[in-house]
Amino acid sequence: MKLVEHFAAGLDAPICLTWELTYACNLACVHCLSSSGRRDPRELSTQECKAVIDELQRMQVFYVNIGGGEPTVRSDFWELVDYATAHQVGVKFSTNGVRIDAAAAARLAASDYVDVQISLDGATASVNDAVRGAGSYDMALAALGHLAAAGFRDAKISVVCTRQNISQLDEFKALADRFGATLRLTRLRPSGRGADVWDELHPTMTQQKELYDWLVAHGEGVLTGDSFFHLSAFGSALPGLNLCGAGRVVCLIDPVGDVYACPFAIHDAFLAGNVRTAGFQEVWQHSSLFASLREPQSGGTCASCQHYDSCQGGCMAAKFFTGLPLDGPDPECVQGYGELALAGVSNASVPAPTGDHSHSVASAAGMRAGRGPVPLTLSVRRPDKICEESPLAGLTV
Amino acid sequence: MLTLHPKVSVRPEPFGALLYHFGTRRLSFLKDRRLLDVVHRLDGSTSIEDALSDVPAAEQPAFRAALATLEKTGMLV
Repeated sequence: MKLVEHFAAGLDAPICLTWELTYACNLACVHCLSSSGRRDPRELSTQECKAVIDELQRMQVFYVNIGGGEPTVRSDFWELVDYATAHQVGVKFSTNGVRIDAAAAARLAASDYVDVQISLDGATASVNDAVRGAGSYDMALAALGHLAAAGFRDAKISVVCTRQNISQLDEFKALADRFGATLRLTRLRPSGRGADVWDELHPTMTQQKELYDWLVAHGEGVLTGDSFFHLSAFGSALPGLNLCGAGRVVCLIDPVGDVYACPFAIHDAFLAGNVRTAGFQEVWQHSSLFASLREPQSGGTCASCQHYDSCQGGCMAAKFFTGLPLDGPDPECVQGYGELALAGVSNASVPAPTGDHSHSVASAAGMRAGRGPVPLTLSVRRPDKICEESPLAGLTV
Repeated sequence: MLTLHPKVSVRPEPFGALLYHFGTRRLSFLKDRRLLDVVHRLDGSTSIEDALSDVPAAEQPAFRAALATLEKTGMLV
């Protein structure tokens, strides 16, 4: 049995676990995958979070990717970071930079076990702030400046690639170099509020090729979280694992303790259980949803395509939230099959979100109010490739 | 004489084991339970020859290569 087949069948514990600590956020990014904004009153308490960390330590989950919302606005954020690293659970956290002042940067520089990702979706203020909000570019750059000044090494600049910023890839790289940081590019998903802006923000086919060529040219010097595997159908496969990790090597714990198959799949259809009622290990190892995601998959209508081996049909979440069947092409299939499939999708068959914490002025639910009922006929099939974080990052096989 | 780097954690899995180095953030896979046994026997005072004593001679080159990779990547020191 090949290693990838072991991954496909699921591991005793996730390799890569995303944990969103809060839905509260100072920003209201138009494409937020978790529709964050307002704090959920059911948020896990400090003690409950520590109990989760204890469990992760027992399961030997080596590190967690902490996000939100904006995780640093939790008053116990640093307490939880310290608790995790003291219990052999390393922390990588994503932030818009709001709390990364000189003191926080000094604190981070003194820790061996914490990595930081600053989110930035434009290499210029105008492109970034149009998506992330006024002042967010300056805030992110101030945070990067504090980290660099404190001697924090190798911060990550995390960019969601959009139609508006694909032309700025070289500028992003220069920006990262300026701060001694590493550039991390990830794929826009139609998840959360991303569904509302997908049509305007997702890269065009021409831009996808531009992005693919850029990624090939820059190799492993740029991180991607293995999220662009659907581009592999342009030619040679990009570095990474030929497998969707959802529910198999990847999952999400949300702020109220719900466990989802992947960070881009916050929807009842991908909800495996809750850490409060069952404990994380029980959900990971015994949920019926995850068991089904770990079963072999046929490839469906993509199976006869000559590129299926490289793209594996694309991203489960991207298909689900655009109303496409999970065993068919990705909406951004570079062979054009996604566009053909989307032509047959009516608005009524696009799933509505099942959770929305948007600030009331930016309510995605309100924006989507005109949409019809959700048909729950889509089956949950084994997804195709790992999409959020590559468990092969830095791998020697 | 090799041993696991003190910052490396080992997580057994059905296929073998995952190794994670908290210093370099590097993840490695041991694709054979017997290789995990060998790694556990390397305690800094056991020679590679002794650690491999239960491994059939025909398979020892592959095991030695795997150990060399682990040493090169800082998992073993």
